[in-house]
Amino acid sequence: MMKNSLIYGVNGPVVTVLGKTDFAMNEMVFVGEKRLLGEVIKIEDDRTVIQVYEETSGLKPGEPVYATGAPMSIMLGPGLLSNIFDGVANPLNAIRDQRGSFIPAGVRADSLDGTITRSVHMLISEGETVEGGKIFAECRETASIMHRSMVPPDVSGKVIRVVPDGEYTVHATLAVVRDSAGKDHELSLCQVWPIRTPRPMKKRLALSRPLVTGQRVIDTLFPIAKGGAAAIPGGFGTGKTMTQHQLAKWCDADIIIYIGCGERGNEMTDALTEFRELTDPRSGRPLMDRTVLIANTSNMPVAAREASIYTGITMAEYYRDMGYHVAMMADSTSRWAEAMREISGRLEEMPADEGFPAYLPSRLSEFYERAGYTENLNGTEGSVTVIGAVSPQGSDFSEPVTQNTKRFTRCFWALDKSLAYARHYPAINWTDSYSEYLGDLADWYKENVGEDFMACRGEISELLATESSLMEIVKLIGSDVLPDDQKLIIETARVIRVGFLQQNAFHADDTFVSPEKQLKMMQVILYLYHKCREILMRQVPISAILSKGLFDKLVQMKYDIPNDQLSKFDDYYRMIDEALAEPMIREAAK
Amino acid sequence: MIIEYLGLSKIDGSLVMLDGVKGASYDEMVELKLKDGSSRTGRIVQIEGERVVIQVFEGTKGLSLVNTRTRMTGHPIRFGLSPEIIGRVFDGLGRPADGLGEIYPLLKRDINGSPINPVARVYPKNYIRTGISSIDCLTTLIRGQKLPIFSGSGMKHNELAVQIVRQASISDSENFAIVFAAMGVKNDVADYFRRSFEKANVMNQVVMFLNHANDPIVERIMTPRFALTAAEYLAFDLDYNVLVILTDMTSYAEALREFSSSKGEIPGRKGFPGYLYSDFASIYERAGIIEGAKGSVTQIPILTMPNDDITHPIPDLTGYITEGQIVLDRTLDTIGVYPPVSVLPSLSRLMKDGIGAGYTREDHSMLANQLFSAYARVQDAKSLAGVIGEDELPDSDKRLLEFGKAFEARFINQGASENRTIEQTLDLGWELLSMLPREELDRVDDETIRKYYKGQQTPSAITA
Repeated sequence: MMKNSLIYGVNGPVVTVLGKTDFAMNEMVFVGEKRLLGEVIKIEDDRTVIQVYEETSGLKPGEPVYATGAPMSIMLGPGLLSNIFDGVANPLNAIRDQRGSFIPAGVRADSLDGTITRSVHMLISEGETVEGGKIFAECRETASIMHRSMVPPDVSGKVIRVVPDGEYTVHATLAVVRDSAGKDHELSLCQVWPIRTPRPMKKRLALSRPLVTGQRVIDTLFPIAKGGAAAIPGGFGTGKTMTQHQLAKWCDADIIIYIGCGERGNEMTDALTEFRELTDPRSGRPLMDRTVLIANTSNMPVAAREASIYTGITMAEYYRDMGYHVAMMADSTSRWAEAMREISGRLEEMPADEGFPAYLPSRLSEFYERAGYTENLNGTEGSVTVIGAVSPQGSDFSEPVTQNTKRFTRCFWALDKSLAYARHYPAINWTDSYSEYLGDLADWYKENVGEDFMACRGEISELLATESSLMEIVKLIGSDVLPDDQKLIIETARVIRVGFLQQNAFHADDTFVSPEKQLKMMQVILYLYHKCREILMRQVPISAILSKGLFDKLVQMKYDIPNDQLSKFDDYYRMIDEALAEPMIREAAK
Repeated sequence: MIIEYLGLSKIDGSLVMLDGVKGASYDEMVELKLKDGSSRTGRIVQIEGERVVIQVFEGTKGLSLVNTRTRMTGHPIRFGLSPEIIGRVFDGLGRPADGLGEIYPLLKRDINGSPINPVARVYPKNYIRTGISSIDCLTTLIRGQKLPIFSGSGMKHNELAVQIVRQASISDSENFAIVFAAMGVKNDVADYFRRSFEKANVMNQVVMFLNHANDPIVERIMTPRFALTAAEYLAFDLDYNVLVILTDMTSYAEALREFSSSKGEIPGRKGFPGYLYSDFASIYERAGIIEGAKGSVTQIPILTMPNDDITHPIPDLTGYITEGQIVLDRTLDTIGVYPPVSVLPSLSRLMKDGIGAGYTREDHSMLANQLFSAYARVQDAKSLAGVIGEDELPDSDKRLLEFGKAFEARFINQGASENRTIEQTLDLGWELLSMLPREELDRVDDETIRKYYKGQQTPSAITA
């Protein structure tokens, strides 16, 4: 039995214990009579500092601090999916059932419901030698996801006992492994893992497959690779959360971990209800079946907000180890950074930029480096893709969190206030955003979508770039004075902006668009552009072309062509050819 | 057993330090008795062994190191609640300030509240009709929402708040209550609100908490917490639909900064404490609807943007927590448009699910989107006109400018007591859109156009 220490001082979420203690760094402790969850964050020769993950109101000096002997850890196992947790993995449904609509301090519940039994199929037999990571049992976690229970990474040895297939709870012992030192390890459906330690893997693989999101501006202009990391910075009201929700709903990952880190309570409720109602187009099951929600809203304790990011990424790595592709959305990493700043301030550490601690960049890089496409210990392949929202103060992208995040992510989707004001969603600015994954993914697009995908994409982005420099002129002298070929560029770019980049999340067809349809849309737009350019060469005035209303037709095509009737694109080519046929155009020119 | 401690160790601004205290708990409320017999309230904000730091609400003026007696109450600050609080006026610390005597509480609650469990929340969907076109149509207020007004000194935010209260109370008359918290507002402004509520005949539905500009700042930090404790009680115990007006959040944040710097904390941006976001959240997040309760808490915080700067930390952090914002515009205010709502940066995040068929009207969302996008183009045309002159503009831009003028003069602008129905507002929107040719309306589908658009339906050019 470990000796317990007594509280000396309390300052917000920071509690100090005086004297030499035998706590370990990052050890999980329980603080006070209410047994509030805490973690040791600093040890000096005469005092130990603990950050408490719950409201410290009412704590007294002299109350005990209980050691647990283990670092801050969470329980991983079947039952995480379709559930919603707080930042330190307490299931919120169970807490509501215990304590009602409000969350008081000191309330705790097991992450996994130990009373449910699941039908388990064993994959190992007695006498077999197993290594860490080996999948030894399977059970259906939700209708769409098979849960593969693995031997914990630090356990290996000979299987000396195995239960037969049958119904078991998460805590039941399913097998016993004796290691080389003769020590027995009991295996169950669940395992415990410290949240601040990345789960081991065999090796990292090259990123070569995109995370298909069905959002045109992302898939076409700024794609993200499976196993990559992306940042979405944007001021308030620019649609960070909407974009994150869209990605969580439609991206082609197997598992979604969605972290509401210091954000609004109503938004989490919205996500929860919506994900239950919406069906996953791939499995036909509710989206919630593949989703874990972590909700540490802005008014929940700040230290738990700091932990929520690690809780989420640990869960993501756990499913990756099973051989799944996991996408993790963190909304918002700025709140996480601010939680660090708040704790750091209470510790009276020397601040760096804007009061943020000097270790902000290293924490950010450690976190984003937990993304990756990997070969796992058990030989399966999986990936963790991290998409972090950033909420820059005053919409100023030069602030420390945005700048440091930019260094560790290779995909940057900059949200733009003026686009949002004009209700152009997703408000991803096409001049400020970039994706370094483009080159890595070019081959995939060529093989799986179309040989000319990258060429079309290049031309589209060139047209947009030309337009934005032309707009500089238009802003000064109006568009009337431009020559016709430049007017054509402006008109085409309008179609690209309004008809292609702008996407309606509330429209049944437009909310998710396959890369095939994206390519076909680009092809039609470019076909019209090339055709018109030819006609202009023959000295036909542009007004003759514009009077045909073709451009407005293309703007509407995202609504007019259902996702399952891509053959309708042929009608558009016919329409363009007919309207721009020589006699017709001569007629109009008169 | 109650122990009184005689004397203090140190006084620093609104903070006092006391040594040799045993058994004090963090966040506990304390009472300080002065030599002359008067008493003050305080709160423990830091404990270091037997030394405690106490924040004194009424200020430390007149406190001395020797003659002060300090008593620990053993509990955090609580507010005594009963249905009697409706119609009463309290000071910033929840003490009756209308001379009508004490409240006899049925229960006492910790003013800090507890976070609402996200799974126990009900997603807000019912809209509140304010009778103001720019709000009802473009930034629809939803019951259970927190929708702040970003204003600037000298603009008509108080008038707007009063109009919202008055007109919402008519459309939302069932079990409607108003909680009004004034933080650091001038006496005459507080008085304006009181008179307006009386004039609108809603005084018997209002609970007022008044911390005037000359009251102690430390009290100001508590005022919204008392108000929201009252609001939660009315909403979740007594089934009221509560509208909470918090004004002025800027004074609140400045009080917090003053307090933080006196505690010697490391400042974040513009000297505000690093925890300003969390602190704001502990106020703003106390809005919403919970499962099993009939009532709701809707918040309209008002803040004045220092120097009209929306990137200042106060509006900035507020915008990150609240579900949208109504921004007022100085230029519109100067040319006499009331309410001077700056349409483009204003936003209601919850309106997407609270409008449309069954709530307002099926065309609402398309109309709102189209108005936003058309008005955004008006701004481009305006800036072009500023360079090359209005006469040189192409016809399409001239039309836009005309639309913009009419939109400001007729849609945004309305009387301080004009209460428009949602149909009037939406129809007016269509009337204005009809000034623009059909091809320029790219956010609406053909069916809606046929039903509501009154402009020239120039046949599409395909047949031309």
